[in-house]
Amino acid sequence: MSEAAVPASTSIPAPVRIPLREIVPWAVLIGALAMITMFFISTEDGATALLSAGGYVHEFLHDGRHLMAFPCH
Amino acid sequence: MMRTLLVRGLIAGLLAGLVATLFAYFVGEPQVNAAIALEEAGAEAGHHAEEPLVSRSIQSTIGLLAAHLGIGVALGGLFAVVFAVIYGRLGGFSVRAHSTLLAGGAFVAVTLVPFLKYPANPPAVGQTGTVGSRTELYFVFLALSIITAGLAVTAARSFADRFGGWAASGIGILGYAVVMTVCAVLMPPVNEVPDDFPATLLWDFRLASLGGLVVLWLVLGAAFGTLVHRALAPTPPEGAAEAPATAST
Repeated sequence: MSEAAVPASTSIPAPVRIPLREIVPWAVLIGALAMITMFFISTEDGATALLSAGGYVHEFLHDGRHLMAFPCH
Repeated sequence: MMRTLLVRGLIAGLLAGLVATLFAYFVGEPQVNAAIALEEAGAEAGHHAEEPLVSRSIQSTIGLLAAHLGIGVALGGLFAVVFAVIYGRLGGFSVRAHSTLLAGGAFVAVTLVPFLKYPANPPAVGQTGTVGSRTELYFVFLALSIITAGLAVTAARSFADRFGGWAASGIGILGYAVVMTVCAVLMPPVNEVPDDFPATLLWDFRLASLGGLVVLWLVLGAAFGTLVHRALAPTPPEGAAEAPATAST
């Protein structure tokens, strides 16, 4: 079967690499925003509290926290 | 290029959060409600059950949706960034194959392995006083898993020239498995399931929880691959006249 020469045009072209220096600023920005978002959804008003929401954040997100496997209470 | 990827990542994450909410609502919520009923039955024996600050009907609908959309969008953004790093650097895979591989790998490193060590717990399981230490253990283990997975991929890449992609991937996966097994054995266990908590309910809850997370990653990987395929794939040599004008995102 080695002679089954596949035409080069149908094979996957080599993907273009995105230069790392183009990625880094976005990675920092998105990384920070994602961390803040995930902290508030998973942990705020639970194990630690940055805002004093008095349990409202915890209870509002209660079911999502339990079902997405975060330690809730 | 990065903006194109990020916008699609966020959209894919939103979609994933939405579909995962549906799964969580229909499959997960019955288990949560059953556990809360047990919790309240236990509380009523001593004192009257305390009134929730946020009503259960909001917790199980809007709250559930908000939590899933938030996590979905955050993961979608991170997914796009990691995709940009690995795309074209792991071998000659297509856009969609890259997206699928990343979703699968991220599911194992971010969800499955941490879940196996510190699984999800329903309401009524877990002592209030230990939530701090449980949260720390969970996130430390999660971080170890992500770092180890990153190192394993980097190592596998450098082995690929010498041993070929197949063997190098095997070495990377084996390395990750060995390191995480050692971490899981060494890190302290958490077992705060009350003696009288029904085993079937615990199993059903954990299965529903894991199922929802499977849905989240599955939809994220599939949607991202589909959306980015058109943006990144070189225009086909034939039928170029049919090539859709891509939106100016």
